[in-house]
Amino acid sequence: MSDKIPVTVLTGYLGAGKTTLLNRILSEPHGKRYAVIVNEFGEIGIDNDLVVGADEEVFEMNNGCICCTVRGDLIRIIEGLLRRRGKFDAIIVETTGLADPAPVAQTFFVDEEVQENARLDAVVTVADAKWLLARLKDAPEAKNQIAFADVILLNKTDLVTPEELDEVEARIRGLNPYARVIRTVRSQAPLSEILDRGAFDLERVLSIEPAFLEADDHDHDHHHHDHDHHGHDEHGHDHGHDHGHHHHGGLKHYHDEDVQSVALTVPGDVDPDKFMPWVQTLAQEEGQNFLRWKGILAFKGEPRRFVFQGVHMILDGDLTREWKPDETRTSKLVFIGKELNEDALRKGFEACAA
Amino acid sequence: MQTGNDISAALRPLDLAAPALFTAFLKDTAAFALEDGNVAFSTSGDTRSVAAHPDAGILVAAAEKDAVLTGGDDGRVVRTRTDGTTELLGETGGSWIDALSSGPDGAVAWSSGKKVSVRDRSGALFTTEVPSSGRGLAFVPKGFQLAISHYNGVSLWFPRTATPPRQLSWKGSHIDITVAPDARFVVTTMQENALHGWRVADGANMRMSGYPSKTRSLAWSPDGKWLATSGADAAIVWPFVTKDGPMGKPPLELGVRRSRVERVAFHPKAPVVAVGYADGCILLIETGSGQELLARRENADSGAIAALAWDGAGMKLAFATRGGAAGVVELPKV
Repeated sequence: MSDKIPVTVLTGYLGAGKTTLLNRILSEPHGKRYAVIVNEFGEIGIDNDLVVGADEEVFEMNNGCICCTVRGDLIRIIEGLLRRRGKFDAIIVETTGLADPAPVAQTFFVDEEVQENARLDAVVTVADAKWLLARLKDAPEAKNQIAFADVILLNKTDLVTPEELDEVEARIRGLNPYARVIRTVRSQAPLSEILDRGAFDLERVLSIEPAFLEADDHDHDHHHHDHDHHGHDEHGHDHGHDHGHHHHGGLKHYHDEDVQSVALTVPGDVDPDKFMPWVQTLAQEEGQNFLRWKGILAFKGEPRRFVFQGVHMILDGDLTREWKPDETRTSKLVFIGKELNEDALRKGFEACAA
Repeated sequence: MQTGNDISAALRPLDLAAPALFTAFLKDTAAFALEDGNVAFSTSGDTRSVAAHPDAGILVAAAEKDAVLTGGDDGRVVRTRTDGTTELLGETGGSWIDALSSGPDGAVAWSSGKKVSVRDRSGALFTTEVPSSGRGLAFVPKGFQLAISHYNGVSLWFPRTATPPRQLSWKGSHIDITVAPDARFVVTTMQENALHGWRVADGANMRMSGYPSKTRSLAWSPDGKWLATSGADAAIVWPFVTKDGPMGKPPLELGVRRSRVERVAFHPKAPVVAVGYADGCILLIETGSGQELLARRENADSGAIAALAWDGAGMKLAFATRGGAAGVVELPKV
């Protein structure tokens, strides 16, 4: 694990400040050397020894999984970089503003050699505080990038009022309550908040509470969605994308019509013989709609925690550390995706209770 | 392994400055393309090194009769001769050379992204663009034609004509490519741990699957009747004896061990295939009887076998490992 090369994926809409962040990462005196993979047609002016141009060539795997798209060029470049292993410590992949992060992430689950030698550390999305709301309305890519992220830099905060900033952050939370949001000017975030996050490391998935609850140390029980929006057909809104009501930690709570999140809890153990088949079927039948999903499960009779994560139909799970004596054995799932049927997901999960 | 079947004592190790990703014999000289940008030549124990790509790394390599061709992450394509001279054949301006192949009569082909170039002996340069990055290149043994693998199939291109390349289609990511010595079949390796083949005459498809890992090494028997492949815990050798190729026929599984086969190299004269494994072991296996000869013992420290090549007479076998070990095994004279 430790000798696998960490890979950080930088996404964000055009002009949000990705390249500024990239150059900050490269120029800070951290003593680490990076190999940087950038889009061939992207912005130039990256000051680094090892910069590789990529074409963002996505293809579909022939495994009966229509959403299993992979960056073949990334597989080739990482293979080539492995020949220069002593020359760098970590890899940063900068994607174009229009890129969907899923194929990049899936590349790290699908290719054996990539998996043996590199590990996806986190997807970091840079968002422009002034323009994000407009982009969320007109660019589905921007929404995907927010929904998919582990870390979101809410950048250019100096260009908006505090009220506008709260509004943007609330919209981000509505799409992705689990990412760490960092407010920045000129992409000036502490690098420790961006690098070495281990966001895809099952051993490091400690909890899957919404990030703002963790940050504010709120009572977790308050976070129950009591709405029943399941898709576009069921409610007749004809207004814009957002319709927010209740408040959380000072932020308005928004529900996005395209991308939602669902958090489910079974207070206690689940039966792995019920849970595993259910989750596999779910991946097959609805994985297309799940951008990211995660779970921490207490399996009946198992002293260790079972942690899993999914990107669309691709699942990765394992038993990790033991439940601590002072921890309550409880089973939780979270989904970020499209057209999530919260009721059906809840019933399915509750039926797995041991 | 019986002692009579062990020739590993005849292995002469070579001390190379960096791991080699490619080896070939240029007459009596074992040549190695090294990850650190150098090309190393070894003739009867005397090893010398040439800086083919100064301050850069070699990504791909191929052999000519008396030279090694290399493509680097400096975007340069270089010919290095055994006398130590180098010749710059092409330059992309910095973008990586993704694939490289030597062709008939001193021709050289390389790709960088979607752009594929062929340079003939006179220095004339031909270029074409394929739909997505050209991942594998192989000259067709007849005429002056290049086969290029990319997403969703293969392009067959005549560089000297203006005709657009002929497409052989199959959905997915095609990586390495090889053409049968009699030019009847084109075979690619795919991301999904399978091979795909086409009969060139009519474009008929052949799917060769069942591998637990990706195939990254392909070798034809000199008569073109067998194709040895890596990617399983045995060398998988497909029969191309009949006009239908391997369709409906099971492959040979030679040298089953508890380690993945990484490289295969057919003997130039005898029905023997050299098989290099992930644990560093090398076996020489007779295709008919399955009889095995141990050429190199497993060695976890040295890493997987990364390159394997016979000399023209089939008396010497050069190898290199990922971890930087290299050497030549001399077959005992009988």
